[in-house]
Amino acid sequence: MPGKLKAKIVAGRHLPIMDRASDLTDAFVEVKFGNTTFKTDVYPKSLNPQWNSEWFKFEVDDEDLQDEPLQITVLDHDTYSANDAIGKVYIDIDPLLCSEAATVISGWLPIYDTIHGIRGEINVLVKVDLFNDLNRFRQSSCGVKFFCTTSIPRCYRAVMVHGFVEELVVNEDPEYQWIDRIRTPRASNEARQRLIFLMSGELQRKIGLKVLEMGGNAVVGYLQCFDLEGESGLVVRAIGTACTLEKISSTLPATATHPSNSSPSKDMKDSPQAAPSTLGCRSTHSSPVHSASSRLSQGFSVSVPTLLFAGMGSGGSAGKEAGPLKALLRQQTQSALEQREYPFFPLTAFPPGFLLHVGGVVSARSVKLLDRIHNPDEPETRDAWWEEIRQEIKSHAKALGCQAVVGYSESTSICEEVCILSASGTAAILSSRFMQDGPLDTEHRFEEVVSPGCGFCHIPYDELNIPFPAQLTYCYCCRRYKVPDVLFTTIDLPTEANVTGKGCLIQARLCRTKKKAQGEGNATVISNLLPFLEYELHTQLMNKLKLRGMNALFGLRIQISIGETMLLGLASATGVYLTALPSPGGIQIAGKTPSDITYEQHISNMQKKINDTIAKNKELYEINPPEVVEEIIGSPIPEPRQRSRLFRSQSESSDEVSELDLSHGKKDAFVLEIDDTDAVEDIHALLTDFPTPAGFYSCNTEIMPGIQNWTSAIQMFTSVRVFRLNASLTSQGLNKIFSDLCENLLKSLYFKLRSMVPCCLCHLNFTVAIPEDELIQVAVTAVAMSFDKEQLLENGKQSGEKTLIKAITENDEQLQFNLELNAETPSPNPLSSPKGLSEVGSHLSARALSVDYSSFADRCSSWIEQLKLKAHTIRRGSVKTTSSMEKASPLPEGRSRSLRSNRSYSGSSVAVVKMTPLSFIPGAKIIKYLGIINMFFIRETTSLREEGGVSGFLHTFIAEVFAMVRAHVAALGGNAVVSYSMKECVFMENPNKNQAQCLINVSGDAVIFVRESELESTSVQTQSATTHTSNGAEGT
Amino acid sequence: MSVELDVFVGNTTIMDKEVYQLWLNGYTVNDAVKVRIEGGVMEECEASAEVLLSDTMDQYRTFQMCERLLHHPAKLANQLLFQFHPQIPPDRQAMLIERYYAFDDSFVREVLGKKLSKGTKKDLDDVSTKTGITLKSCRRQFDNFKRVFKVVEELKGPLVENIRQHFLLPDQLARDYAAIVFFANNRFETGKKKLHYLTFQDFAFCAGQLINNWTLGAVDNIMDDMDVDLDKEFLQELKDLKILITDKDLLDQHKSLVCTALRGKTNVFNEMEANFKNLSRGLVNIAAKLINAKDVRDFFIDLVEKFIEPCRSDKWTSIDVNLYLTHYTNSAHILDTFKHHAVWTRYMGVIKSCILRMYHD
Repeated sequence: MPGKLKAKIVAGRHLPIMDRASDLTDAFVEVKFGNTTFKTDVYPKSLNPQWNSEWFKFEVDDEDLQDEPLQITVLDHDTYSANDAIGKVYIDIDPLLCSEAATVISGWLPIYDTIHGIRGEINVLVKVDLFNDLNRFRQSSCGVKFFCTTSIPRCYRAVMVHGFVEELVVNEDPEYQWIDRIRTPRASNEARQRLIFLMSGELQRKIGLKVLEMGGNAVVGYLQCFDLEGESGLVVRAIGTACTLEKISSTLPATATHPSNSSPSKDMKDSPQAAPSTLGCRSTHSSPVHSASSRLSQGFSVSVPTLLFAGMGSGGSAGKEAGPLKALLRQQTQSALEQREYPFFPLTAFPPGFLLHVGGVVSARSVKLLDRIHNPDEPETRDAWWEEIRQEIKSHAKALGCQAVVGYSESTSICEEVCILSASGTAAILSSRFMQDGPLDTEHRFEEVVSPGCGFCHIPYDELNIPFPAQLTYCYCCRRYKVPDVLFTTIDLPTEANVTGKGCLIQARLCRTKKKAQGEGNATVISNLLPFLEYELHTQLMNKLKLRGMNALFGLRIQISIGETMLLGLASATGVYLTALPSPGGIQIAGKTPSDITYEQHISNMQKKINDTIAKNKELYEINPPEVVEEIIGSPIPEPRQRSRLFRSQSESSDEVSELDLSHGKKDAFVLEIDDTDAVEDIHALLTDFPTPAGFYSCNTEIMPGIQNWTSAIQMFTSVRVFRLNASLTSQGLNKIFSDLCENLLKSLYFKLRSMVPCCLCHLNFTVAIPEDELIQVAVTAVAMSFDKEQLLENGKQSGEKTLIKAITENDEQLQFNLELNAETPSPNPLSSPKGLSEVGSHLSARALSVDYSSFADRCSSWIEQLKLKAHTIRRGSVKTTSSMEKASPLPEGRSRSLRSNRSYSGSSVAVVKMTPLSFIPGAKIIKYLGIINMFFIRETTSLREEGGVSGFLHTFIAEVFAMVRAHVAALGGNAVVSYSMKECVFMENPNKNQAQCLINVSGDAVIFVRESELESTSVQTQSATTHTSNGAEGT
Repeated sequence: MSVELDVFVGNTTIMDKEVYQLWLNGYTVNDAVKVRIEGGVMEECEASAEVLLSDTMDQYRTFQMCERLLHHPAKLANQLLFQFHPQIPPDRQAMLIERYYAFDDSFVREVLGKKLSKGTKKDLDDVSTKTGITLKSCRRQFDNFKRVFKVVEELKGPLVENIRQHFLLPDQLARDYAAIVFFANNRFETGKKKLHYLTFQDFAFCAGQLINNWTLGAVDNIMDDMDVDLDKEFLQELKDLKILITDKDLLDQHKSLVCTALRGKTNVFNEMEANFKNLSRGLVNIAAKLINAKDVRDFFIDLVEKFIEPCRSDKWTSIDVNLYLTHYTNSAHILDTFKHHAVWTRYMGVIKSCILRMYHD
């Protein structure tokens, strides 16, 4: 009996009128967990009932605690007929299961009905008493922390990065079960919501098990996705990076002695894995190693050859040897990574020194035919599919001379029975110092040589054996290693990178018609089209990149969507000018038939236009690469060829000032042949891109190079557009429409957010879909952040991002120190699990047990915290104080409370909750992560016109989803959601029947942040307080 | 090819004040776009008409979603659907409410004193044509009146305070609504041609006087009392004032006292002297009749006909009127046989300030 869940229903407000006669409601509440249900009394005739119920107690397995949501149903009592449901609240209690996350859920939560939307609010209190049964830890993985953030969370330090974790569970979709024909839409929606809740919980628990097995205590970059395969079922899958994280506290030395505990994973293997869950959904996988022998039961499967988007140019070049050090390094890290089946990391930002070299983007796609998942217990086909793709990615990375893939993500697009599985990432070489093998001295020496600003640009592959045509030059920063001419990546711009000027969002958009087909024929058609689509997207990206005078792409995300009669491709990335890379050549237009004079004229006009645009863009994005003259004197240029090249570009740009930057060597110029109709289109596409209005910048990465002084004004938003194509169009016509759709959407965003100027739209995340034939849906989620224009004014008040970066580097210093320690202690596992606890000292665990049973706050204490606790109590000169730790008022808790009370004074009784897709909040410090928010909602209507048509319906729904996310975060005690994303927004309509349905899935990390200004003012007091209370704080 | 769906939802709700006003004024989306284009917002932000249309539709939808809450402004403070800008939530919400409940003086003049019934609502299109205010806006204003009326009708305690608390309105607006509710409840006639020259603010002022002095709540501070109805007991007592005109001695005595006081202080002394009996009869008759609900309705028209018009035709200035009414009121207290001092003061205090307010062109 490892857990007791307690819930108390306090009150309701703003309830809908359920009894027309009295204009009132007789409300009562059902509280359900698993198969146990409790009821409150009926509170008669009120729209603001005060139930003030007793504590409802559920005694449950921790496995169920992880899988099941707490389900609260508000009903209207009716003496004569059946009670009417007002709505429901699902509460994910997972945040309460982790010692470092939230301790209580308390607050007003919206009551939600899938037909009517939000119908009032309910005030609840939920707590969990978790008993640490030390012999358990079999099926449950309580205590593993989950983060959606794709970097090391701000108040943690990465002790170890273990690697890739993945899992998927499948089930039948209730919407497609026979029973759906006879039940109400509400019942069907609720069955679906509940099932997905259960599946998410189960998935998370299983991932957690894998993490524990690997010796980690957290998952970073947790990405969970749904595949609504229709008739064939429902797949929930997730990937993440297993890490061992440690909370950064001011009392550092506690970590100095690492326990040499025996690995808990060993015990894990001995334990029986069987115990099938009592829930509807199952998956066979309990270990990260898959049986490779799983046969494909599918009739059809096509793997699509994919391009390596690494760099591009017109030929290779000979150069200096990369040096033996690099080879040595590769060998060492190779061995560390080769032990892993998939050396993949869904992270997009890394602790400094982790990312050594970046090869380029690797991606793989495959087209599959879906058929019904016959046995949900054996989702082997789905697993085998992903395994294929991952193998392909792995081999692509190898071809680039890399052992790891970072910024890794997986996605699907489904149309009828055809499914495209896609995976992409960035091939890279990583430092082994975060890996289990432990750091090596040689590597450290090697790293010292490389400057952090350009090191990651240096090619990881053997230049004599380049896997693709690339033009290599010596790094423009250090002049010692080779760099490619263009670099594409899926990761965020490393904070330490040297960048010239500012960046901008670059999108390639493509729409292709295809014939209607069925089954295998359809799959063949699609798989034949895919390579062309990818090639064209790549060309467009490259053109647009050059048009902006930039040489690298970050955060590249290519989405391909399939419909009955068309394919959509959308590639988004943030273009920057990396100082280390050579200046890009211009774009040159050439005609094949130079006889005609008017034609020549036409070409030169176009050429001029392009040149003008490039020049304008360079000015706009402040791209003035530093002149290389001094460097030529200062740094050793080893090769004459290189020198001549440099001289040329330099001399030309100084001699012919009027001649625009095409002058960067005709040799480098990207030639477009105008006779090619595709090229004409490309050029048009290039020139029709709408320039961002003055005062605006945009990117799809976390931060914008060149902008640092963010103000605290942020605005997260979601915008959705659906476009109907009425006529049969050519591919070109479609292309134009699709491109205009995206451009117009951006224009609207700029207009909407004009009051925030100067501002930057960060993390612009576009998703496209073809919900129906002739419909294109584009959804954007991003955050607009204002910044101070005057860089000079910034001196006095330190801006948010700058201090954040500073904080990171400070952490890094601590981290380095810690790493050295790590190197000395052979066992790299300071795993903070109660498992470890039992093995270290009986006196400690015995005490911990008593604490666990007596005090809720100290449940699930980790070994390190116990140590600190002990130190703390000793310092206090009393051993009995453990249970009184609660009274010691844990600092973050105390602060959050005071924050909330402050807010309530400001006139509004509703706490403000910030939301952002980024991992940080400008001008603020995240002091606590409360757990992940992962919510799934369905909304349906049969009175579409009355609700304001499709736009009115979706507008309300999205606003409601935001409101529910905010309310749940506030109930956890948080004041912000970071790394927020809307991963699914499936919209279906039937205007003839006046009906519409929409599914939305959102996720993020609930956090408590404190404004830096507040922090500074109180820092003196808290500093001293922290040393005393932080220990206690972590115990809660 | 058409945009089938187009929404924008921010974590903090973006509301453009200008568009809000256009929406309140009942402009259609297309008309609002035209107004905005003329306003020059496009040049300012490099936008196109298309963008403006999308933005306007979006804003209109937001306002419509918000309207439900604006009907119960107290809910706006603890609703969860909209998150307003964290720094200035009270300001922004107050602005939303204030503007939503704001009304046009020309509109309110049309419905002031009318029963807030379905019948009146049906006639709103006439009002709309007459005033040039869009029907939509007329309906909103009318519904606001009706909503406030319904809520405060059943509440105990001071009227203005009730309105302010329930609808979170600023003081002045709450007073105006109190006037509207008071007029609607007592069905004062305000539409007659002779009253056309009076503005809503004139009536609101008078309503304030009546509420503060003539209702039950005015004398009694017990919570049970209501501000909406006139004090019946007081109206009954007003009948006693008739003695001032029925008793010939008293009337003459009153006249001579007033004339003595006024002599040499005004240019229209002769007219005053000549008209004294007429004017006095007028005012006292109004008082005596107020016990009948029907005559209450004619209160303002009576004031104009019986007092203001005669004075005006004799070219009294408002200083003259003030002077006259002051002495007229005070002199009555010196009369030997006149015993109803309290009622007289209560009556004449209001009459004097109402007449002074209404005495203009």
